[in-house]
Amino acid sequence: MKIAVIVFPGSNCDRDMAVAVEQIAGVKPIMVWHRETELPKLDLAILPGGFSYGDYLRSGAMAAHSPVMREIKARAASGLPVLGICNGFQILTEAGMLPGALMRNRGLKFIHRPVTTRVESSRSIFTSRYQAGQVVTIPIAHADGNYFAATDVLDRIEGQGQVAFRYCDAAGAVTDDSNPNGSARNIAGIFNETKTVLGYMPHPERVIEPLLGGSDGRALFESLIGALS
Amino acid sequence: MKVKVHVTLKPGVLDPQGTAIGHALGSLGFAGASNVRQGKYIEFDLAETDPKAARETAKAMCEKLLANTVIENYAIDLA
Repeated sequence: MKIAVIVFPGSNCDRDMAVAVEQIAGVKPIMVWHRETELPKLDLAILPGGFSYGDYLRSGAMAAHSPVMREIKARAASGLPVLGICNGFQILTEAGMLPGALMRNRGLKFIHRPVTTRVESSRSIFTSRYQAGQVVTIPIAHADGNYFAATDVLDRIEGQGQVAFRYCDAAGAVTDDSNPNGSARNIAGIFNETKTVLGYMPHPERVIEPLLGGSDGRALFESLIGALS
Repeated sequence: MKVKVHVTLKPGVLDPQGTAIGHALGSLGFAGASNVRQGKYIEFDLAETDPKAARETAKAMCEKLLANTVIENYAIDLA
């Protein structure tokens, strides 16, 4: 299995991601620099968290137009699974690979703490090892995580089952109090139409074993490895 | 040709930074300022002398990079 972690100037979760992938998949991912224009044959591409290009212009805006993203976009169009975490999610929306946009948190502050999100569907290559409705505790670390899309777009993605995760309370109830950043309809993660691309604000790669404070992120990688091997 | 681009949040898109600026103005004693919206201003020189062509190019730049049209509008001025 060949997995690539894309590294942009300003990525800072790329190594954590590589450790998580290697530990769970048993294979070392290749680290691909943003200037690459050609990629080897891949089974999965991961856009890690961080502050690509210093968040200049808008978070993810510059990275979305980097040379490697042209290739990723083309491959994703023909079915390559792509996982974008945090800044990776921002890049996917800026690249037009996922609908909507991630705006400044409603409280204006950078927030870093564990949050609970509810798995909306277990019918995807990213979430098959979770149960639908399961509440997972995974940390967020972002200033621009406030998901926005026009009402008709929100209705469409909900109707097509593209909402992957929602911020919720410990019991799984989707409430305004449990929404850390003001995201529309508490959306924390979405799929593309074919459910081969996932963008997710929390950091599953940071909670893959109890020693790190939790292991709720592990099943996301196990789902992928299971589906792709 | 100088191109000046204003990027603003679309009406209806919440602008927490604008709201915070509004509150700060109020606490500084500037009464009467409401509906504060924050945006971006970008200017550059374009090697193009035909205004129509320059506007077309600037528009393409806005659509592709300078603005995120999911949440933002843009206005182009040429000088």
